[in-house]
Amino acid sequence: MSKRLLITLLLGLVALGIGSIGMADRLGLGLLHVGYGSPVPWALWVVFYIYFVGLSAGAFLISSLVYVFGFRRLEGVGRLAVFIALVSLITALVFIWVDLGRMERVFSVFLRPSFSSPLAWIVWLYTAYFFLLLAEAWFLMRRDLAQGGKAGGFRGTLYRLLALGTKEDGPEARERDLRVVRVLGAIGMPLAVAFHGGTGAVFAVTVARAYWYTGLFPIMFLVSALASGGGLLTALSAFAIRNGFRKYREEVIGLGRLLTLLILLDVLMEVAEFLVSLYGTAPAHFVPIYDQLFGPNWYIFWVLGAGFALGLPLLILFTLGRKSAFWAGLAGAVSAIGFVGIRWNIVLPGFAVEELPGIGRSFYEPHWIYGLYVPSLMEWQVALFGIGLAFILFALGASFLPLETEVQPASHRA
Amino acid sequence: MIENRLLRMQEDLRRALTRPLTERRWGMVIDLRKCVGCNACTVACKAENNTPPGVAYHVVLEEELGRYPSVTRRFLPRPCMQCEHPPCTRVCPVGATYRRADGIVVIDYEVCIGCRYCLSACPYGARSFDFGDFYTVERTPSTAPYDLSPNFEYGREWKRNPTNRNASPIGNARKCTFCLHRLEKGMLPACITTCIGGARTFGDLNDPESLVAREAASPNVMRLKEELGTEPSVYYLL
Repeated sequence: MSKRLLITLLLGLVALGIGSIGMADRLGLGLLHVGYGSPVPWALWVVFYIYFVGLSAGAFLISSLVYVFGFRRLEGVGRLAVFIALVSLITALVFIWVDLGRMERVFSVFLRPSFSSPLAWIVWLYTAYFFLLLAEAWFLMRRDLAQGGKAGGFRGTLYRLLALGTKEDGPEARERDLRVVRVLGAIGMPLAVAFHGGTGAVFAVTVARAYWYTGLFPIMFLVSALASGGGLLTALSAFAIRNGFRKYREEVIGLGRLLTLLILLDVLMEVAEFLVSLYGTAPAHFVPIYDQLFGPNWYIFWVLGAGFALGLPLLILFTLGRKSAFWAGLAGAVSAIGFVGIRWNIVLPGFAVEELPGIGRSFYEPHWIYGLYVPSLMEWQVALFGIGLAFILFALGASFLPLETEVQPASHRA
Repeated sequence: MIENRLLRMQEDLRRALTRPLTERRWGMVIDLRKCVGCNACTVACKAENNTPPGVAYHVVLEEELGRYPSVTRRFLPRPCMQCEHPPCTRVCPVGATYRRADGIVVIDYEVCIGCRYCLSACPYGARSFDFGDFYTVERTPSTAPYDLSPNFEYGREWKRNPTNRNASPIGNARKCTFCLHRLEKGMLPACITTCIGGARTFGDLNDPESLVAREAASPNVMRLKEELGTEPSVYYLL
């Protein structure tokens, strides 16, 4: 295990350890100690859920550039993209699972689904996508696993187990596998668009919340998924792989260019949404936007969103990141982190306006808080648990799985 | 002789119960000119359904209109609207909440997974989530009996238990059912019987002889957020 992955693993373990305190509270006492309530029924964990689902969809769709459209320039980081998609999806599902009031009933969505609900749709789509990702990752790596399985030791045993009996090797067999991957990727693309557009639709179909109730909303979900997933992939290609920003210089700079485009698209969407809503006087449209910009949580928009997710990366990518993979990777990292702010501002402003004027003052009881929502300590701890889990899964996978493609990185190819 | 409204509604209710469920459509009319904002309805609802902290089936919204010295207050009692096209039921991923044939939107506590999508989807803020709070448990030196006494929603006994917060209705969405458990026993909803101003009328909207149907047909009637197409069963007289 490389030093950087060891540090990632340790960070993950520490986060998981601290998070376990909140997790124990969550499992023992249910949602008693959360900071949200009935007027703000979705909060921090939903923010992280859509954040990680977005990362997954984004990373996967970018991997499709390689495996479906034959965009060879990014081939070196294709497996990494698929693996990031898998880890992000698992993390996202953990976040939404702990948010359920009755965690043990999660399987009801499979046993007795009601397909008039977009939520039921996306759970089924996530499941299909999960198995598709597993299959795609396996077909991408199985020849390397079979080869590595010939060696002894822990890694050899692990590879033999994961290879599931794959034996034959050679360029032809690999070529055949890539054709399977191409088909899987081609199925996966509309699937990713559907499940992430569907995640947007969960919000967009609620006529009760004018802020979400727009046709643009699911599209914004997709664009920002691509941007955030692209940012994470750029960052991890540069920094998670040893000397990645030198070895995969071309890939990282290429990803940086793609990221520039995606961020600009996201800016376009945000500006369109903001200007239209701010023009009128209808509070249900106006207040959620105005609140983001100038409300008590203004810094989430200005610092995390406009600054980290969009502005700063664009600045870097237009200047230093054009030639330097290190800077492009850094821009990706800053953007990927900043997108948490964009996700926050997707969920929470939806509850900024009372459904009926005065409802917030009609009751003064625990978990009946209109206005400013502040996540509780337990919520942060559980969030740390989820993020820690993602770190651990990533560090273990990146250390033990053959995520680096055998093909020569683009910079080494003629 | 002046007719006793409560007795009349009681009679209407008994008559409605003799007809098949599918032919009834429970509805409510609230006369805002008679509401004094005393919140007796809210309190009666709390007591009847034994709802815990943070779970509010019924609220009275207060609005101050105008500027001093010409100021007035307006009260808007808000039970569940029992919509004909409820946005909350469609979004439930497991079909735990649905509209009955008699118009009442119910929640199956044994099925609800607690995702709170229905809370997000309700345009009237009429749904609450049971976070497992108690009024006195862990807050005061001794536990008040009412905290542990059961409620009888949906005609069965629900005991909330502070030592097991993973048992329904804790962890579920909850809402006003027009006191369905009382209706089935031939009793009017708690908020109706308690209203000191006689501002509330309840009954079967399908029965043209009923008081509620007559009042709902008044020209000075309105419903909340009609533009959303939810078709509420709660009418307001202005």
